[in-house]
Amino acid sequence: MSDQPPRPATARPGDGAPLDPDRKIDIPALLEDLELYRPRRHGWHWRELVPDQMLFKFRYKETSKGLTNSIPLPAAHYFGDVDPQPDCVVTTEIASGRFEDDIRRMRMAAWHGADHMMVIRTAGQSHMDGLLEGTPEGVGGIAVTRKQVRATRKALDLIEDEVGRPINFHSYVSGVAGPEMAVMFAEEGVNGAHQDPQYNVLYRNINMHRSFVDAAVAKHVMAAVRMAQIDGAHNANATAVEAWNVMPELLVQHAINCAYSVSVGMPKQDICLSTVPPDAAPAPCMRMDLPYAVALRDFFGEYKMRAQENTRYMESDGRDATVSHVMNLMISRLTSADIQSTITPDEGRNVPWHYNNVAAVNTAKQSLVGMDGLREMVKLDRRAPELDQKVREIKERAVLFLEAMLEDGGYFAAVEQAYFVDSGIYPETHDDGIARKADGGVAVGTIVPRSADYMAPVCHHFGENHLPEAVGKPCDLIGGCTLCDADKVPFIDELDPEDNVNTRLAQTAELRAKGLIKPEVEWAADGWVVVTLFLPAAPRVAAAAALEFGKAMNLQDCEVINKQVMHPAEGSLIELKGRLDVVVDPANLVIPPEPEVMSDEEIKAFVVEKGIKCVAATVGEDEHSVGMREIIDIKHGGLEKWGFACEHLGTSVPVDKVLDAAIEHAAQVVLISTIITHGDMHRNAMEKLADLAVEKGVRDKVLLISGGTQVTDELARSWGMDAGFGRGTKGINVASFIVKAMRERGM
Amino acid sequence: MAREDTYLQIRGHLASMTDEQLEARFWELAQQVVDPLVELARTHTSPSIERSVLMRMGVDSPTCMAVAGECEKRGLLGHGAGHIVWWCAGEWDVPVVEAARRLAAGEGWDAVAAKWGGAA
Repeated sequence: MSDQPPRPATARPGDGAPLDPDRKIDIPALLEDLELYRPRRHGWHWRELVPDQMLFKFRYKETSKGLTNSIPLPAAHYFGDVDPQPDCVVTTEIASGRFEDDIRRMRMAAWHGADHMMVIRTAGQSHMDGLLEGTPEGVGGIAVTRKQVRATRKALDLIEDEVGRPINFHSYVSGVAGPEMAVMFAEEGVNGAHQDPQYNVLYRNINMHRSFVDAAVAKHVMAAVRMAQIDGAHNANATAVEAWNVMPELLVQHAINCAYSVSVGMPKQDICLSTVPPDAAPAPCMRMDLPYAVALRDFFGEYKMRAQENTRYMESDGRDATVSHVMNLMISRLTSADIQSTITPDEGRNVPWHYNNVAAVNTAKQSLVGMDGLREMVKLDRRAPELDQKVREIKERAVLFLEAMLEDGGYFAAVEQAYFVDSGIYPETHDDGIARKADGGVAVGTIVPRSADYMAPVCHHFGENHLPEAVGKPCDLIGGCTLCDADKVPFIDELDPEDNVNTRLAQTAELRAKGLIKPEVEWAADGWVVVTLFLPAAPRVAAAAALEFGKAMNLQDCEVINKQVMHPAEGSLIELKGRLDVVVDPANLVIPPEPEVMSDEEIKAFVVEKGIKCVAATVGEDEHSVGMREIIDIKHGGLEKWGFACEHLGTSVPVDKVLDAAIEHAAQVVLISTIITHGDMHRNAMEKLADLAVEKGVRDKVLLISGGTQVTDELARSWGMDAGFGRGTKGINVASFIVKAMRERGM
Repeated sequence: MAREDTYLQIRGHLASMTDEQLEARFWELAQQVVDPLVELARTHTSPSIERSVLMRMGVDSPTCMAVAGECEKRGLLGHGAGHIVWWCAGEWDVPVVEAARRLAAGEGWDAVAAKWGGAA
């Protein structure tokens, strides 16, 4: 679909072997020579837009360069298998706690169109005053360490070569160790990060002075390598009691982080606002959220928009979450988005699972591509009274918020007075905001004034720095710093002999070595499966009953992860998860070979030479003819296309009539279409057709073929047919079988 | 303290502004909010900032932790942990990474105290 991506001219020490799409990524091999690995580039990658891109028979207005390897949307086979990639970067958030499993998920997500891998940190890391090393297991995210970051970036280099588009790697420069995290990320080629001191203050209760002092240094380092920055304002949506009222405050939070970032040296084009449509149905959410989206984009036109999806009102129903997110995506398309984030549809019930990352990425891709260029026809009416008035009102309320903050003593005083995350729409307050003390919080009292001789002999350092006179670059004093010379970056492998990737991989080594299969959703061989049950009982009763069904199915650690009432008395839908401790060896599986397909020329030549005739009918009491027409009609690419002469007898035809017609027409092929019935009608029809053909002495002169949505080749053969064709069969499959079978039998 | 929505009562001074003027006012106020924060950051440092300086000098994280921690304990952070390591490297004629290693092992702090003082 597009040119090969640029590859490094020569492999360097520490680079991994290129990936083969038919083989799993080799995690143990990836961990070899990590100390030699160096990132191939720094900074963020935006997609390369292709205006008016022609793909299949369509012109796209808002797409970017395609991928060399990808998995298109399910309906793509109707449209030349195109996989249009939207204009904006698409994010997936990964939080399993084991980077070695996250990497495999990133590869899956990349094949579906994600090019921004956002790695969530383990619970509590933001309060650790310093860096972690090695590969300890995390909870709700990974421990972000140099080794885990480096291994992941190395894997993403291979994955981006495989899919043919650069992939952005992202994590968090927040918490007490922000400056160190920023330096480590800059050294390791991390492409983007969350950085917003307000997040520390409001949601992590880290001392406000420390947070802002640290943030300036962290941001300045991020800017040095052109890392993209995402702010933390969206957390107000996820926290406030009435999230739709925090809109004016959100503009203020965004502005504080933007103005602060620019003031400490970050280019505006690297600064992304994390913005969420605050509402969800059954609120009239689109009408409530659009004025906010417009006001934001009016005020912050020079900055980038990272459109996040709503999590505040997410429940455990994946369908409900997906519809909310599609409405969020429509707001992105009606306004703008530079980065489209995705939230997995299962986030309301558990830490996201592999396939739900893919589901969320596909929801974004499907919606963005489906609404491609929509703005040219469907525009927001900026003069509509409600939109016009609401946009202005949100902006004015935000200005009033800032005026009051300054009057009350500035940012720190305002936080002490609980200005933020109040669920009133400012200037209204509900007195439920988050208050923090300037002389309180984690790491209080740890900032110190820089002395008159303060000096830091390194590059990209923010703030007062009394370097000796006549020094060129600051790091000339020490013969180069790590940001100027990557070979100066130290690498620590493991500090903990037990809690590390090697011990975890050892537990699944046998499965990998023998290629054994076990279900998983997060970690290799975790065994989790989901069972969907409709139970004719009220939800609480149904949930209790479901646990019993789970036990009967040999599932362990069963838990109901979703329940929905269909009717208070008639029944409930239950989704149940449990662990299945069973391993399958694919070597022992009997898998029918894939049907062989011949070339058009080969089939045509044979059909013309033999003058092949077919008699076709839907048998039994069945009025459906669609399936049969798909197989024989020339306009559907059916048998007639290659010159087969087809006599279609219609529907509800008795079996003996079908065979009589075949004899009368001297047909070599009999095609019957059946549906599976409770009364075994389909089986009877096939057996009767085969028996009649024997009775009438024509069994070796005709091929008997049956088809239908639930027919399998194995069943049909066991009931006397020469072949059976099920769902998804095309004319070419049947044609190829006929030619092959007639040749083999010398017909 | 809970407050009723006083928007309509207090917006008078904004009503006559154009959208452009309102936007300019918004950013002017935002800048006023962050200016003192930027000044605070420009003139202060922290243990994490000093460790980030040592990192950029090529020092590994456990060593950064030990050196910056000792500087903090001795009240020397304001001079810059990187400054101290750089000065020791010059005094001892060793690379900065080696100077940091020695300081992390508890060696050489007497020389540091002789130059900068600080509580042991």
